[in-house]
Amino acid sequence: MTNVALPAADTATAAQKPLPARLAAAFVSRLVIIVPYVWLLFFFLIPFLIVFKISLSTTAIAMPPYAPVLGFGDGISGFIDGLKQLSFDNYVWLTQDALYFNAYITSVIVAGISTFLTLLIGYPIAYGMARAPASLRPTLLMMVILPFWTSFLIRVYAWIGILKPEGLLNQLLLGIGVIQEPLIITNTYTAIFIGIVYSYLPFMVLPLYSSLEKMDHSLIEAAQDLGCQPIAAFWKITFPLSIPGVVAGCLLVFIPAVGEFVIPDLLGSSRTLMIGKTLWTEFFTNRDWPVSSAVAIILLLVLIVPIVFFQNAQARAQEAGR
Amino acid sequence: MKSLGSIRRAFAPWNDPGAKPYIHFDKVTKKFGDFTAVNDLSLAVYEREFFALLGASGCGKSTLLRMLAGFEEPTSGRIMLDGQDLAGIPPYRRPVNMMFQSYALFPHMSVEKNIAFGLKQEGMPKAEIDKRVAEMLKLVKLEPFAKRKPHQLSGGQRQRVALARSVAKRPKVLLLDEPLGALDKKLREETQFELMDLQQELGLTFVVVTHDQEEAMTMADRIAIMDKGQVMQVATPAEVYEAPASRFVANFVGNVNMFEGKVAERSGSSVRITGGTGAQIMVENAGEAAKDADVAFAIRPEKIRVSSKRPADAVNALQGEVYDIAYLGDMTVYHVRLDDGQMVRAATMNATRVVDDPLTWDDKAWISFRPDAGVVLTQ
Repeated sequence: MTNVALPAADTATAAQKPLPARLAAAFVSRLVIIVPYVWLLFFFLIPFLIVFKISLSTTAIAMPPYAPVLGFGDGISGFIDGLKQLSFDNYVWLTQDALYFNAYITSVIVAGISTFLTLLIGYPIAYGMARAPASLRPTLLMMVILPFWTSFLIRVYAWIGILKPEGLLNQLLLGIGVIQEPLIITNTYTAIFIGIVYSYLPFMVLPLYSSLEKMDHSLIEAAQDLGCQPIAAFWKITFPLSIPGVVAGCLLVFIPAVGEFVIPDLLGSSRTLMIGKTLWTEFFTNRDWPVSSAVAIILLLVLIVPIVFFQNAQARAQEAGR
Repeated sequence: MKSLGSIRRAFAPWNDPGAKPYIHFDKVTKKFGDFTAVNDLSLAVYEREFFALLGASGCGKSTLLRMLAGFEEPTSGRIMLDGQDLAGIPPYRRPVNMMFQSYALFPHMSVEKNIAFGLKQEGMPKAEIDKRVAEMLKLVKLEPFAKRKPHQLSGGQRQRVALARSVAKRPKVLLLDEPLGALDKKLREETQFELMDLQQELGLTFVVVTHDQEEAMTMADRIAIMDKGQVMQVATPAEVYEAPASRFVANFVGNVNMFEGKVAERSGSSVRITGGTGAQIMVENAGEAAKDADVAFAIRPEKIRVSSKRPADAVNALQGEVYDIAYLGDMTVYHVRLDDGQMVRAATMNATRVVDDPLTWDDKAWISFRPDAGVVLTQ
């Protein structure tokens, strides 16, 4: 009978470990979580605060081109004086010139349409990959990722060569007699859509593929067994179950597409008004760092608020119906 | 009246020459590339029968089921259901439903939506669907769980949802692919009886695929034992166990001791078999084994007696020594090594708490059995 008491005595000693040892153990287990937070602090939060501070400054012909430059060169009082000079004037300015508002709206619309087109093209690709024989899938996956191995800039440039009036596409279509006059595609929104869809397709395909691939095929068989025709089975079973992949893919395409600068600059016309281009102009042409910082901060808010909202909704939906 | 094994119910349309098969596989072959999954197989299942396809993995039993469901088409041969040729009919138009091994419950739908799914496809009016779903939930005792999603259920509850969903449409035939494979042992035993009751209650024809012989023996009216795409024997559980048609079947179902030998003498239906080292075995009702034929004598462990002395009245008795003993509570299993080196497995029911003639490791022992305790196998 005495044996039975022994394990209890053991746990008692475990609980009475010296405090430093327990703190150390707790620290080690937290360390794993701390690392990503430290990363975010240094490479997201601090840069964000710097940009935010610049957005509250005024331009100056100086180096760096804004004032005040916060620092402790003039002691604490100098720092406080600097803080007093900060203002939200740049944000007020953004609301006064319709250019910025239009640029935001255009960007969101262009990104939205491009995202939808990417989904339309990416879904069948991902579906085909997920249904392909297992031995073929790594190759197909490789082919989706392959374009990343060439410079993004070069790939977008290549599209100019394809789409321009005397380019490959027009030559082909004229050659086979589909059209009589060359199509004007470059310097239009169509070209921007083509560029974005092409560039961001892998970001759509990969999450879609991963959600479609892990789906149990017997679900489709069960649906058919219960009297569902194949197309109906797709809409009732496959598509609803792939929605997490659809959402992830759309966010991965939509977010960078809103702030996209290279594609509208190279493929769009000079009249194309997108926020990425506006930001570029403010920063490099006008050298107005404070305004361009304000543009960037607003862009971040425009993107983050709906995304956080959306992700919350999705997390709740997943909690309810996994 | 004597009977082979115990009688469960008086239902034996397969013995009635006038009975028409409900499901008829007629010389069915199914090839996947070079691999022949089902090889020139013919099989008849009768209406309201609980039929089991039993075999090791890869024997073609699941392919047979999938051909019935319409997920695979036979390479050659015909499958008839209730007089209708099923060739070319897609799965969604077949009057059969399947319960999948993985259950294949739709994860984004509640229990009641899962059960209603097939009825909705049929275009049944909503009021009727609700009524049928309620009926099904009651049948599988899941009324309180109607609104839950599959991931909020236990394995046993999921199994019952899958079952309810597959019988909701009242199919002509219910196909069950390893229906109890994912359940733990205790739950599996309970569910076996539930399935049998359900089948009786609904009056449906069940075809179940399983690799678990105990499951097949418990539930099925008849069992088809399959190997390499062919049927080795179709018979009731008792016949399969007590009168296996071949060495394969005897080995596959339950435990068996096999004595290889020759028929030394035959008189009437009785034969005397001589083993390799001169052991003599007398068998009554030995079938048609001819004199000098190479045969195997198969006897089940529970039909062998183990004793320290040769029983005086024993016709068949062989000497050896106890090699291993496994005490299982309800029975004790002895492994006895005979003098000719053959290992024999004998199981004794522990009908009393106190054992009169205790045996232990390395004891000299006799195994004995009645002349009608085993069967002579020629194949």
